[in-house]
Amino acid sequence: MSANASAGRPDPDALLARLHEDDARARRGRLKIFFGAAPGVGKTYSMLEAARALRAAGTDVVVGYVEPHGRPETEALLDGLEILPPQELEHRGIHLNEFDLDGALSRHPALLVVDELAHSNHPGARHPKRWMDVQELLADGIDVFTTVNVQHVESVNDVVAQITGVQVRETVPDKVFDGADEVELVDLPPDELLQRLREGKIYAEAKIGSALDSFFREGNLIALRQLALRATADRVDAAMRAYRERHAIRDVWAAAERVLVCVGPDPLSERVVRAARRLATALHSGWIAVYVETPALAAALDRGARDRVLATLKLAESLGAQTANLPGESVAAELLAFARARNVSKIIVGKPSRPRWRDRLKASLVDEIIRGSGAIDVYVITGEAEALAPAARRLPSRSSRPFAYAQSAFVVAGVTLLCAALFGHIERANLVMIYLLGTVFVAARFGRGPSVMAAVLSVGLFDFLFVPPRYSFAVSDAQYLITFAVMLVTALLISQLTARGRRQASIARQRERRTGELFTLSRELMHSRDLAELGTILVRHVLAAIDGEAAVLLPDAEGHILDPTHFCTRGATPAHVMRYPVPGNDLGIAQWARDHRESAGCGTHTLASADAVYLPLNAPQRCIGVLGLRPRDPRQLEIPEQMHLLEALVNQAAIAMERVQLAQDARSADRQIEAERLRNLLLASISHDFRTPLAGIIGSASTLLDSASTALSEERRRSLLAALLAEAQRLHRLVGNLLDLTRLTSGPVRLKREWVALDELIGAVLGRLGDVLAQREVTVDQPPDLPLVRCDEVMIEQVIFNLVENAHKHTPPGTPIRITARAWPALVEVRVADAGPGLPAGEESRVFEAFHRARDESAQSGFGLGLAICKAVVDAHGGEIRARNLPEGGAEFSFTLPREQEPPAAPP
Amino acid sequence: MNAPQARVLVIEDDPQIRRFLAAALEAHDYALDMTTTGMEGLRLATLRLPDIVIVDLGLPDISGLEVIERLRAWYTRAIVVLSARSQEADKVAALDRGADDYLSKPFGVGELLARLRVAQRHVATRLGEEPQARIEVGALAIDLDARRVQRDGIDIHLTPIEYKLLTVLARHRGKVMTHRQLLREVWGATHVESPHYLRIYLRALRHKIEPDPARPRYLLTEVGVGYRLADSLPQ
Repeated sequence: MSANASAGRPDPDALLARLHEDDARARRGRLKIFFGAAPGVGKTYSMLEAARALRAAGTDVVVGYVEPHGRPETEALLDGLEILPPQELEHRGIHLNEFDLDGALSRHPALLVVDELAHSNHPGARHPKRWMDVQELLADGIDVFTTVNVQHVESVNDVVAQITGVQVRETVPDKVFDGADEVELVDLPPDELLQRLREGKIYAEAKIGSALDSFFREGNLIALRQLALRATADRVDAAMRAYRERHAIRDVWAAAERVLVCVGPDPLSERVVRAARRLATALHSGWIAVYVETPALAAALDRGARDRVLATLKLAESLGAQTANLPGESVAAELLAFARARNVSKIIVGKPSRPRWRDRLKASLVDEIIRGSGAIDVYVITGEAEALAPAARRLPSRSSRPFAYAQSAFVVAGVTLLCAALFGHIERANLVMIYLLGTVFVAARFGRGPSVMAAVLSVGLFDFLFVPPRYSFAVSDAQYLITFAVMLVTALLISQLTARGRRQASIARQRERRTGELFTLSRELMHSRDLAELGTILVRHVLAAIDGEAAVLLPDAEGHILDPTHFCTRGATPAHVMRYPVPGNDLGIAQWARDHRESAGCGTHTLASADAVYLPLNAPQRCIGVLGLRPRDPRQLEIPEQMHLLEALVNQAAIAMERVQLAQDARSADRQIEAERLRNLLLASISHDFRTPLAGIIGSASTLLDSASTALSEERRRSLLAALLAEAQRLHRLVGNLLDLTRLTSGPVRLKREWVALDELIGAVLGRLGDVLAQREVTVDQPPDLPLVRCDEVMIEQVIFNLVENAHKHTPPGTPIRITARAWPALVEVRVADAGPGLPAGEESRVFEAFHRARDESAQSGFGLGLAICKAVVDAHGGEIRARNLPEGGAEFSFTLPREQEPPAAPP
Repeated sequence: MNAPQARVLVIEDDPQIRRFLAAALEAHDYALDMTTTGMEGLRLATLRLPDIVIVDLGLPDISGLEVIERLRAWYTRAIVVLSARSQEADKVAALDRGADDYLSKPFGVGELLARLRVAQRHVATRLGEEPQARIEVGALAIDLDARRVQRDGIDIHLTPIEYKLLTVLARHRGKVMTHRQLLREVWGATHVESPHYLRIYLRALRHKIEPDPARPRYLLTEVGVGYRLADSLPQ
């Protein structure tokens, strides 16, 4: 916001965001949540009552799924409401009833009632969670009523677990809860709830006892009620803030806060993430969860630990955080740099419990962060000392290979042999130098472990072999102890330095690779104008990043995703394109991804059981298509940085593809405008050119039919009849030309190519025009051995005919016409020259345009079509047609036909 | 002018063309039968045994080509086809199936009568009623017995193939011969797909026979269909 904008005005960005939100909401269905503290407070009952009221008011209400738990009051309310039949799923031989999402979408009521938003769907359903079904319903414009208990809200899930001792697995992400258009708290005081439970209104008789003992203790219920009330109050508060923002009440507007939480592999991270979420909510601020992976950490983490990190990041995402995965050398430095770049005001870290002596030796991560944090507040969350998997901080795997140790031992052995050879010739101090050299070499080459081993070995061997008393580990001179120490320390230092250098290089390489990948992609995309080629480029780059099979699936005009054509596996050349073996089901996933503009399949929330992931090619204005990727190792998709790279690649390609599509659209629009213009010209031209002969025909015929015509002289009658015939023939020619042109321009021209002698066609044309040309001197100049040309005989004869007729029509009677045929190495040329007035200057190329007539006022009725036909025919043959004025006067039209190949051998 | 009235069967569905054909043919003393469908045409042909059948290629029930095929199973007299312009492929197909000639719509009376005359004479030759040893067109004379070709009384030397080509055209004088028909008769059935033979030999033949090869008067090109030897020279 600029500095001179008055402080009282609302932030335009915020206003814009609200407008967008309102917009999206107008299309989306509205979500109303009936929210309660515990089962049995009457959520379903209230929901059904509200639904009945709306139905009575005329709304199209359908019950999608309700779990009556055998409560008669609830069942009574269902009476008279339309209930959607459940979807039957079979899982390992058991029939399960599940909410039928597709049924609901196709029924498309105004309001759908779906109980238990937190429900986990049975395997085989489209989404793993019911709240995802609801999201899709909302996106489709269906209003939804649903119910949620407080313990199912993700961010308070752990608090509830602490209070009740019951871990609830089925949760609803906070963003869904917060995104609801309306939340109605269904409240019941705990003693009344207990009363209802005892009366058997909530659970069946048999379960009452255990329920009373575990979950339904009064203390629990009070705490849960408090949580539910607070969550509702928070929403009211948020609504209030939104109102203030909307109405420019700014005095309570706090400086923007941003919370960053550091995630690590230990289980404590989950608690830290939840704490961060609560803090961020309390501060009404955005928050970011960050995982910094150092190469050391990457090497040390086992698969389980890595999965835990990814799970924690996913949890944070579901709680509404942005997530980032940063590669870096130092956790603290990377974290702080990121925090500064993002304007973070508070950092939250967990405090792992570890022995105090280690804190003395080396500053903990927390210490490092606090020391470098500057203006940023740091919150440290203490965890219980539960089973923390001690992260084995070992060196990069390279040094741990037994092979490296063996090689190091070889080096030391070599050094020892050399020393044995030199022993006696040089001083012992210099032998130490040789050992040191060997150790340094090992340190630089194989890393820390082997270098320590080499140092110890060297010290031992040197002591044993060369230090008196020889062949014993006893040391006579205490000075050698210093030698040993120096050797050991040197080896450690050097190995440390080289290891760090190598690590930094590997990080730099990774970054370089990613940036380079994006850069080359964008460069390649820029140079292509073809959608199919863009698809191939994208597939190639995606496969370079993730090994597997990939394909670009493009929709047809109706938006149905088609079987892809641009498919390849890594290493296959673009030319090596084959059909993507997509199972029919996968095409459905791809369709879903395109329709919803969201990723689907493996590694996503939608249809995660597929073995391929489908990413929509989302461009600003449209979804171009879908990228399908079947990774060789599905775990690759769980690495956030890989997914980010993939998304970046896909987005870039989508934008490039949209650019190409827009250009195509523009071109086809231009073509349509041009075609429209031609059509109008044609209509104008036709009506003029047809009217003239028709006038003659109608006039002559009606005169002859007239009763008074008997008075006409025989001579006059004959002249009228002759006029009738001539005009009809003229019409015939016009229609013929028109048909020819339509045929030639309305689609690809089908040529019936044969070996043709052009001299023969010239002769045929002169025969056809014999009467017309009787008064002219027509000379033909052609070599007797004019080569045969492969062309469409009928069409080329028409070209020659039109050119000669054109020359005849546009020159004064009696002037000569000259026809020349010539053979050149690569083509054959035919020229038709006249001695008339020539073409108007500048009109030489325009004469081939349809409906063009050089002199509009010419007495000769042309149709302007003849030359356009010639051009279309010659173009179709791959030849050229030209018109020019001759220096000696007159116009010359010429066309060429390529001599593609030599005619077959002469016949016997 | 046709002393024994020649009988013509017209199979054509367009009323305007029917009216025109009826007027023109009756004015020139042809006995006329008319029908609009192919099936009825085939039936009438067996009943009336016409000297000439005129068939339109586009009929409402069965195609004109089929009518020709079925007729030719037994019918030896003349068949003339009516077709629209720019349907060279159809014309060739009709000729190859045994039609004697074709007329492109629209056509005039003069053209119609000329074609009918040629077709009739043809049939006469084919049926051996009028064996010819000597064929004369304008100044060109072909003596089939003596294997001699003369123009203006001067001998023209032809190669055997050229001579054979000329005699095939001469025996069907005035009638269009398709490329296939010529290739089959001159070179044999194995060469019907090599039309460039024809182009080259016809050019050679024209250079020997025609006074002005650039403007042939004897050996006429029917573009896209085939060749014909002129029936008579225009004055």
